Amino acid sequence: MIVTTLLRLVLLLAFAPLMLGVIARTKAAFAGRQGAPVLQPYWDLGRLWRKGIVVSRTTTWIFWAGPVVAVTVPVVASLLLPMGALAAPLSFEGDVILFVYLFALARFFTAAAALDTGSSFEGMGAAREVTFACLAEPTLLLGFVVLARLADGLTLNALLGAHLAAAWGSSGASLALIVVCLMVVLLVENARIPFDDPNTHLELTMIHEVMVLDHSGPLLGLIQYGAALKLMVLGAVIMRMVLPVDTGNLWLDAGIFLGGQFVLAVVIGTIESVMARLRLARVPQILVGTTLVAVFAVVLVLR
Amino acid sequence: MTGHDVDRVVVRNGGCVPLASLPPVPWSVFADAMLGDVAAGARVAAYFGTPVPAPFAPDAMLDLFAVLARDDLGELRLLRTRVGERFPSLASRCPQVQMFEREIGEQYGVVAEGHPWFKPVRGHRSWRDGADAWGRNPDVPLVPGEIDYYRVEGDEVHEVAVGPVHAGIIEPGHFRFQCHGETVLHLEIALGYQHRGVERMMTGSDADGTRARQLVETVAGDTTIGHATAHALVREALAGVAAPARAAALRSVALELERLANHVGDIGGLATDVGFLPTSAFCGRIRGDYLNVTAELCGNRFGRGMVRPGGVGFDAEPAVRERILKRMAAIDRDTRGAIRLFFGTPSVLARLEGTGVLTPATARELGLVGVAARACGLAMDTRAQHPPRGEAIGVDQIAVAPDGDVHARGRVRQREIESSLARVKETLAGLPAGTIHTPLPAAAAGSLAVALVEGWRGEIVHVAVTDAGGDIARYKIVDPSFHNWSGLAMALRGEQISDFPLINKSFNLSYCGFDL
Repeated sequence: MIVTTLLRLVLLLAFAPLMLGVIARTKAAFAGRQGAPVLQPYWDLGRLWRKGIVVSRTTTWIFWAGPVVAVTVPVVASLLLPMGALAAPLSFEGDVILFVYLFALARFFTAAAALDTGSSFEGMGAAREVTFACLAEPTLLLGFVVLARLADGLTLNALLGAHLAAAWGSSGASLALIVVCLMVVLLVENARIPFDDPNTHLELTMIHEVMVLDHSGPLLGLIQYGAALKLMVLGAVIMRMVLPVDTGNLWLDAGIFLGGQFVLAVVIGTIESVMARLRLARVPQILVGTTLVAVFAVVLVLR
Repeated sequence: MTGHDVDRVVVRNGGCVPLASLPPVPWSVFADAMLGDVAAGARVAAYFGTPVPAPFAPDAMLDLFAVLARDDLGELRLLRTRVGERFPSLASRCPQVQMFEREIGEQYGVVAEGHPWFKPVRGHRSWRDGADAWGRNPDVPLVPGEIDYYRVEGDEVHEVAVGPVHAGIIEPGHFRFQCHGETVLHLEIALGYQHRGVERMMTGSDADGTRARQLVETVAGDTTIGHATAHALVREALAGVAAPARAAALRSVALELERLANHVGDIGGLATDVGFLPTSAFCGRIRGDYLNVTAELCGNRFGRGMVRPGGVGFDAEPAVRERILKRMAAIDRDTRGAIRLFFGTPSVLARLEGTGVLTPATARELGLVGVAARACGLAMDTRAQHPPRGEAIGVDQIAVAPDGDVHARGRVRQREIESSLARVKETLAGLPAGTIHTPLPAAAAGSLAVALVEGWRGEIVHVAVTDAGGDIARYKIVDPSFHNWSGLAMALRGEQISDFPLINKSFNLSYCGFDL
């Protein structure tokens, strides 16, 4: 148990930035470039960690709380979530609700920290982020409703148990719809193309990035590290649904988990390479669309 | 002076007239002629002042010259009038002169009376000592961008200020948005951060012309060939000679290479702004390839030193020509591929279509030129309608797109890339024999010469007025950006603020070309 928990933490904390490196490398390959080394995100974090911090005089402690919460939340949330076949060490009935709203808490603090700076850009970004998050939330919850219907219990361990392999046979359509919906939520939540552009320098078009414009040095490093952790945690949900394999061997399961994450990163990189960004006004429409698709998936399993 | 038709002074592109044959007409005649011609389809290509030599009467201290372009006839009509400390503004009846009138007001400290938007243009002191159109304190330093911005009042309206320092590596400019939520109600653009005083530095005696040549090449670095060509045409017009045919052909090659490099770069920029990776990456590289071809021609990637008054500085020997044609064949394929992929991707089109729309009526009213005007369906291209001697393209070759949105501006560039590729190859293949440079005799004294060049952004206008000794007394430069920044501001009305970078890139205007 302790070995599993430690292994899970190591997997998350050590390998999360690697996903960003793989995404960047995939995009570079599509663009015909060699691209930065896959370990670049680690060097970036190290560089930020050694830098000084500039803090605006208009800010309060909330400005500092944003990055701290942004790192803490994915770690805590990961404790509730099975990572591949590695069961969650912390599990209780209804922990799925806590899982969803932990991320809402992180968003609250990020948005509050953005507003704390008093910058018109960051206010704009916060407004966008909160609007889109409101619309993404029903999709995520409805996805869990489908999983709950197929499982016997309301813990994430139960929801994402080994029974999913069999469930694909009986309720494959619903699960497929939910996977697509969760993929959209994953891209929205992690500020990826086509919903947001993590690489843009154009502050007027940013959603997530613009909220952290005033953070610098280690604080920015915490935010970026937190974002990598979040990508891995949310990615783990999708990976588990697509790849519900339990080998019983701890190391093999860990390897499968990492391999799955690697594939997911390549998929994200591919999506980012072949698509343009959506017009900002289209994003809510897509999210309402995924909510409707998720409702349909619920109807299919209730039938 | 009975009617203005009697004393109509008309020249063609590259024309020169003695000032004696262009006497100042009374203001009413000048205004009627301007408004009448614009109503008949003319554009105000240039409108500027020159101080009347002392001694002058206080009510007649500034000569105003206007160059009205009739694209359908290929004619440039010249007008001249004389005004004092104040002159009546025509901007409310003819919006395309609004920026010119503000410029005249700022340069000479005179007031355009009744101008609806009379604000400084570049934030420099007036050229007339002690005079200031806004009565500002001479002891307080002027800062570009410190003007009274238009404000929309309301609890739910918020203001967003961007620049002059930007997130990317671009030129400085200040943008002030009045927003309601994500919707832009109004955008005001303040420039002048790069004002160097080029027009004034161009005046006076310049024996071998080197200084002037270097100055015009840096009016806008991305339009080196365009501005240098316009300057060369003006000098040649003043001297009464024309560049040899071979030189004219080589200029045209350089101009089209400049167009290719910039248009390809712009489409790459559009791809970057919509987050479409492949075209963004490829076009960035291909732009460099075109710059390298220009370097093959003259040793400089931006074409510095290529165009000189009297001809060109570098010949394309057979070996050079072969190398260029070989390179072009390879780039040609890459260019078409990257652009076809861009315009063939649905998610890209969804982003471009219907974004940043300008109507043809607005484009005409504001006097837009170049790519921005052609993307609104206005068929205007100096190369077709005001060609400098014997190198016209057909009017049917003008690349026009009707919709006035970002997509149309992209499409115009795509078509121009295709025609420029063909043009470079054709011109190089059929290069006339002969010399590449002809010495210039002394410039005509007391004359006015005007030249138009279709740079990659649009129409570049250079006008020179010489004094009694043949030296330049006034040099006027109109970069296409001077007209088109107003178009960008209008295109933003009612759009999403998040679309600003994309719309801005679709215009891709010059800051330094405007600031001079």
